[in-house]
Amino acid sequence: MSTTTVQPTDGFVIDDSAPRWQMSPLTKRRWANFKANKRGYFSLWAISIMMVLSFFAEFIANDKPLIMGYNGSLYVPVLVSYPETEFGGVFETEARYTSHAVQDLIDAGDGWMIWPLIPFSYDTIDLYTEGAVPEAPSARHWLGTDDVGRDVTARIIYGFRLSILFGLALTFFSSIIGIAIGATQGYFGGLVDLIGQRLVEIWAGLPVLFLIIILTSMIEPNPYVLLGLLLLFNWMSLVAVVRAEFLRTRNFDYVNAARALGETDSVIIVKYVLPNAMVATLTFLPFLLNGSITTLTSLDFLGFGLPAGYPSLGELLAQGKANIQAPWLGLSGFFTLAIMLTLLVFVGEAVRDAFDPRRSAT
Amino acid sequence: MSDRILEVDNLSVAFRGEEVVRNVSFTIDRGETVAIVGESGSGKSVTALSVMQLLPYQYASHPTGSILVDGKEVVGAEEDDMLKLRGDRVGMVFQEPMTSLNPLHHIEKQISEVLYVHRGMGLVEARDRTLELLNLVGLPRPEERLRSYPHELSGGQRQRVMIAMALANEPDLLIADEPTTALDVTIQAQILELLDELKERLNMALLLITHDLGVVRKMADRVCVMTHGDMVEQGTADQIFDQPQHEYTRALLAAEPSGDPVPANEDAPIAMNARDVKVEFDLAKGFFAKKSVLTAVNQVSVVVRGGQTLGIVGESGSGKTTLAMALIRLIGSEGSIMLGDTELQGMKSKALRAYRDQIQIVFQDPYGSLPPRLSVNQIIEAGLKIHQPELSPVERRTAVSASLVEVGLDPEAQDRYPHEFSGGQRQRIAIARAIILKPRMILLDEPTSALDLSVQAQVVDLLRDLQRRYQLAYLFISHDLKVVKALAHELVVMKDGVIVEQGPSERLFESPETDYTKALMAAAFELTTHETSA
Repeated sequence: MSTTTVQPTDGFVIDDSAPRWQMSPLTKRRWANFKANKRGYFSLWAISIMMVLSFFAEFIANDKPLIMGYNGSLYVPVLVSYPETEFGGVFETEARYTSHAVQDLIDAGDGWMIWPLIPFSYDTIDLYTEGAVPEAPSARHWLGTDDVGRDVTARIIYGFRLSILFGLALTFFSSIIGIAIGATQGYFGGLVDLIGQRLVEIWAGLPVLFLIIILTSMIEPNPYVLLGLLLLFNWMSLVAVVRAEFLRTRNFDYVNAARALGETDSVIIVKYVLPNAMVATLTFLPFLLNGSITTLTSLDFLGFGLPAGYPSLGELLAQGKANIQAPWLGLSGFFTLAIMLTLLVFVGEAVRDAFDPRRSAT
Repeated sequence: MSDRILEVDNLSVAFRGEEVVRNVSFTIDRGETVAIVGESGSGKSVTALSVMQLLPYQYASHPTGSILVDGKEVVGAEEDDMLKLRGDRVGMVFQEPMTSLNPLHHIEKQISEVLYVHRGMGLVEARDRTLELLNLVGLPRPEERLRSYPHELSGGQRQRVMIAMALANEPDLLIADEPTTALDVTIQAQILELLDELKERLNMALLLITHDLGVVRKMADRVCVMTHGDMVEQGTADQIFDQPQHEYTRALLAAEPSGDPVPANEDAPIAMNARDVKVEFDLAKGFFAKKSVLTAVNQVSVVVRGGQTLGIVGESGSGKTTLAMALIRLIGSEGSIMLGDTELQGMKSKALRAYRDQIQIVFQDPYGSLPPRLSVNQIIEAGLKIHQPELSPVERRTAVSASLVEVGLDPEAQDRYPHEFSGGQRQRIAIARAIILKPRMILLDEPTSALDLSVQAQVVDLLRDLQRRYQLAYLFISHDLKVVKALAHELVVMKDGVIVEQGPSERLFESPETDYTKALMAAAFELTTHETSA
C-alpha cells in the first residue's frame, strides 16, 4: 500500500495524498482482524440480515394483504387503512381482511389479494383455525399458536424487532450517560471522582428489580416508560471503563500540550481524550446490547415488563412455562433468544479481538 | 574449557518471514567485553535475545546461522537444554529495572529462585549465597534488603539486584541489554564500573548492547556496529573510534550533538522571570491522615532572556519537569511567574488562555505528545483555532504548511496521522505545534532524550536555527549534558527540588564549583564516579 510509506529516515515524507475519508491503516487492520474471525463475521452478517428483515416485519407477517385489486382499482392495505365500506361492507372501521365476510365482499367485486408470507400479524387472533389453542405447528401456523390463538412465527418476528430496537435504544442512551459521567469523573479526578464514585456505588446498590416492580405498578408501562426506567439503572456499566481510560489518559503529554495551547476542558475531553476511550466502549457495546435484551426479556417473563398486547419474547417464554403441554411455545422462544444472544456474543468477541492491539493482521 | 565463550556465525533472524537481522557473525572470548552498537531498530537486541533463544518463536525464526555457547549449539536446541543454559551459563540484564523484577516477590526470593533451579540449593545455603551476591554487586546493607520488595529500591539498586540475579551461578557470559539507559548519569557510571569490575573478578565474557557511544568507549574491548539488521563493521574499540571504515560508523561518531549555542544578545528583553517558585504535593491520603507534603520544587528563581537558552540539568526526581509544568501553569505553584511584563501567577484560567500563545512546551516522548487520532494538520492548527479564530480554514492550512516547512517537514504530509512518522519527525511536528503561535518562549522538556543519536543532533540543529531566526527564549530541560552544552547560554543545576548551582553555562562546564555539579560532569563526560566520593 503506497499511501502508508513514510521514509524511515528523518527527512521529507513522500506524499501521495491519501483521500481523507479513506480508512486509516489501523481501522483497516482492525477490519481485517474482524473478518479473520470467521464466526464473528458470519454472526454479524446473520444478525444484520435478521435485523433488516425484521424491520420490514409488516411486509412479512401481516393480517392485511400487501396489495389487492377491487373493481379494477389497486389498493395497498399494508400501508393505507381502508374502511370496510370501501368494499361494500357496513362498518366504517378498517376492513378486517382475514374475516370471511370481507373476503367474500372482495371476491364479489372481482377482487384479488396478495398476502404476505405469513398472513397473521403479531396480534391477529386466528378465528378460523380448527384445533384448540395453543395449537401445534401446522402448515397454517408454522410454529403453532399461543394460548389466545396468535401465530407464534409472527409474534417472534415482531418480538425480535422490538427486542433489538429496545436493546439498541437502551444501549445507545446508557452509553451516552455512562460515557459522559465516566469522562467527567476520570478527567477531573480528585474530589469530583471521589464523590462521583460514591454516588455510583450507592446507586448501584439499589435493588433494581424491586424498584422496577414497584414503579411499573404505579405507572402504566409502555416501551418508552420501560426504557426510561431501565435507563435509570443501566448506565453504570460503562462508567468504570470510560473512567479508567480517562484517568489513564488525562496526564498524557498530548493532553498537557493541549492545555498549554489553551484548549478548554470540554474540547480536550471530546477531541483529545474521548477517542481513546472509544475502543474500550465499542468493545463493550455488543455485550451491553445483549444485557439490555436479556433485561427486557426477563421483565416480560416475570410479567413486569411490557403490557399485554406487545409482541414480547419474554411473554412467549412465560406462556411456554404456563403451557408445558405445548412445547413449541417454550422451544420457539428459547431458540429465538438463544440464537440472537449467541450471535451477538460472537460479534462482540470478534470486535473485542479486532481491537486487541496485541493481535496483528495475519 | 576453551576461551571462546560465544561464537555467532552468519546468524539471521526473521519475523514472519521478514529478515530483521542478516548474516551477523562475531565472537566473544573469556574476559572480553564486546559491545554491539546501533540505533533503535538496528537489530542489536534481537541478536542478543537470539543467544538466549528468548525470541517469540511463534513468528520468529533463524533462516541461517549458528550460535555456539561454550561450543554447544543453541539454535534449534531443545527447550530443556536451553532452560539449563539460561541463568546458569548465560546471564542477562535488561534495560528497564522498573519492570524486569517481579513486583510481588521480595528480592531474596527472586535471587534464590535461580539458585534453587540450577544448583538445587537449600534454604540456608541459598540465603548465604544471596547475601554474598548482594555484597558482590555493592548493594548497601544487604541483610536488611533481603526482604525488600522491588518498589522499595531505587532504579540503581534494582539494576544491582538484576545483576546479582544474572551472576548467581557465575555464568560464563553476561548479556547486558542497555543496562544503564534508564538510569541517571551518576548511577550509570557506578553500574558500568561494577560490571567492569565483576567481569574481571569472575573472568566472564560480557556482551554489552547499547546505543550510547560514551558507554562503548569506556567499556568495550571490541565493538560491532549494526544498522538496519546488518553488522556493518567490527573491530577493536580503538580501531572503530579512531579509524572508522564504514560510512555509517563515521556518521554515528559524527552525530554526537556538538557545536555552540546561538550567539546571545545580552541586552535582549527578559522573556520570563520567575521568582521563588515553589511546588508542593500533598501526600496525605484521606481526611484524617496527618498532613504530609513533598516539596518538589523549592524557592527556585530563573530568568530567561529572548534569544537565549536556559539549561536545567539534574537527575530524575530533581524537580526539573515539575518546575517546567509550574512555569507554564499546568500545575499549581507559589511564587511569581512573570512572562514579559505579565504576572501569570494567580491568573484565572480564562484570562490565562490569552497568554497561552506566548509560551509553549515540547515534551520528551514524541510518541506520547501527539494525540494519536488527530491528523497532523488538526494537531498543529488547534492553537490557531483558539488564538486566531479570525483565520479562515484556507489561511490556517497555509499557516500549518509554513510551520511544517519551518521544522523541515513536507507540508503535504499534514493529512497523515502521527503513527505514520518516525520519532524524529514526530518531535518536529511537536515543535511545529509550538512555533505556529509565534511564542516568545518555549519550554523544552528533554526533547531529544527519546531520540536516536543522529536524530538528536538534527533536532538540536533545528532548535538552534529557530532560536536564531525568531529570538526565541528556551528553557531547556535535560539530563544529557552533551545536548545541553550545545544549546544553553545559562545553566541551572537542580537536585532535590533546589538549585545547587547556576551561572553562565561555559563557566559551569569549565569549572563547576559544587561537588554535585562536579560529580554530574564527571559522570556525563568521562563516565567515572571518582568525584562522588567528595
